[in-house]
Amino acid sequence: MQAVLKIEALSKHFQLHEQGKLIPSCANVDLEVYPGELTALIGPTGAGKSSVLKCVYRTYIPSSGRILYRDGDGRLSDLAQASEYRMLELRQDDIGFVTQFLHCLPRKAALDVVAEPLLARGESLEAARRMAAELLAWLNVPERLWGVPPATFSGGEKQRINLARGLIARPRLLLLDEPTASLDPATTDRVVELIGRIKGEGIAMLAIFHHPELVHRLADRVVELTPPLVAAELLEICAS
Amino acid sequence: MKKVLEVRNLSKIHGRGCAHCLDSTGPDMDSNICRHCGSVVAAHGVSFDLHAGEILGIIGESGSGKSTTVRTLFFDETPSAGEAIFFDGQRQWDLFALNAAEQRWLRNRRFGMVYQNAHLGLNFKVSAGGNIAERLLMSDFSHYGEIRRRARQLLARTEVLAERMDESPKQFSGGMQQRVQIAKALATQPPLLFLDEVTTGLDLSVQARILDLILEIQQELGTAMIVVTHDLGVIRLLAGRSIVMKYGRIIESGLTDQILEDPQHAYTQRLVASSL
Repeated sequence: MQAVLKIEALSKHFQLHEQGKLIPSCANVDLEVYPGELTALIGPTGAGKSSVLKCVYRTYIPSSGRILYRDGDGRLSDLAQASEYRMLELRQDDIGFVTQFLHCLPRKAALDVVAEPLLARGESLEAARRMAAELLAWLNVPERLWGVPPATFSGGEKQRINLARGLIARPRLLLLDEPTASLDPATTDRVVELIGRIKGEGIAMLAIFHHPELVHRLADRVVELTPPLVAAELLEICAS
Repeated sequence: MKKVLEVRNLSKIHGRGCAHCLDSTGPDMDSNICRHCGSVVAAHGVSFDLHAGEILGIIGESGSGKSTTVRTLFFDETPSAGEAIFFDGQRQWDLFALNAAEQRWLRNRRFGMVYQNAHLGLNFKVSAGGNIAERLLMSDFSHYGEIRRRARQLLARTEVLAERMDESPKQFSGGMQQRVQIAKALATQPPLLFLDEVTTGLDLSVQARILDLILEIQQELGTAMIVVTHDLGVIRLLAGRSIVMKYGRIIESGLTDQILEDPQHAYTQRLVASSL
């Protein structure tokens, strides 16, 4: 089986001009993600786990390295070099991203927030809403909330809206950044079951989890990131 | 995705210009005024593409050249140099090589513009409905009943009360005037729409509803749009890709979330930092 995503020697640092500083984030990351499998990123805070996901999605511009993505036709492209239009196309059709926080239109009903990715792909409003309703019901989001904008929802409710939105379009590659961080155990179990189900559909996932237990339950591969060298060196100097 | 617009090396210099204009202006020189001849380099070397159904954001402070860019494309101003090709179905229009009649034809039928100042986009001497009728008359509509029906329909779509259709927009609130402008711009269902600071100066709640309307229209009609603003919140909400301008030049372009979360240029970093 061929990898959907193969990252080679990816590094990201931020150059802050005003402050005259170079802030290192992830460094020399290598990993692979396969269809129907979940690759988990682990490591301490500041090791750059979220940066890896954001580089894949081009929310961050990678500083060096390659991000090789294989599309449905078997074509390989390096997302570190891909054009803006190519990235927009992939975001619409191929790559989904569930972040820790929900970014959506403040005045849109939860049901429509979830249905939106399907509309962007040309699904009818009625069908998209029906599928959104199914998914929300399955994730235990109370029906009285469906017509309300998620702005006033609790952390756990927002997170489930966010998950539903990421999952509904069945992307080929799904990026998950702590998708269960504020969920209760029962809902977490639902999410675990859902992730298991979409694995069965062949979706490839690259994920960060808050709890080691979830890594244990869900990951097929584990990649450990270490904090960037500069920080490690500094710690050493401080310790001695 | 189909390309709607291709802009290459667009330039606009106010004044007679001299050999040093370009070297002595721009972000690095911290000015758009040539210190040798006093000319203003409003825009220089501006290049970008726009695809069908896409919303492109142009962001920058006053004097950055963002409005100049869309105004030359809408023929409000004449560029000093550069090229812009408008792709309309099978036809290609070399915008800056057209004669006045051709430019008017495109403005009336294939382009729409919404200005920050409603004075520029609306005729206050006639009613709201009359403003839309004017635009329809300049395209192919000639039947009175049909024009009135279409005007009512457009105003209803942009949530302007039908009862006020026969009033002059002079008496309308700022938000309502923008709605009439949007209805007027959309009257001919243009494939390309320019929006120049359309929510600037409006109350926050009014702003929000105008932005919602713009997004709904984009989803319904697939209109390609260029949104000019100094408000990062507006491009975050509307634009998939964005361009950052300063002193007449493009200093950065990219996916909007990338510009906001990982800005590369010192100026953009300062802009993003000061908005949060």
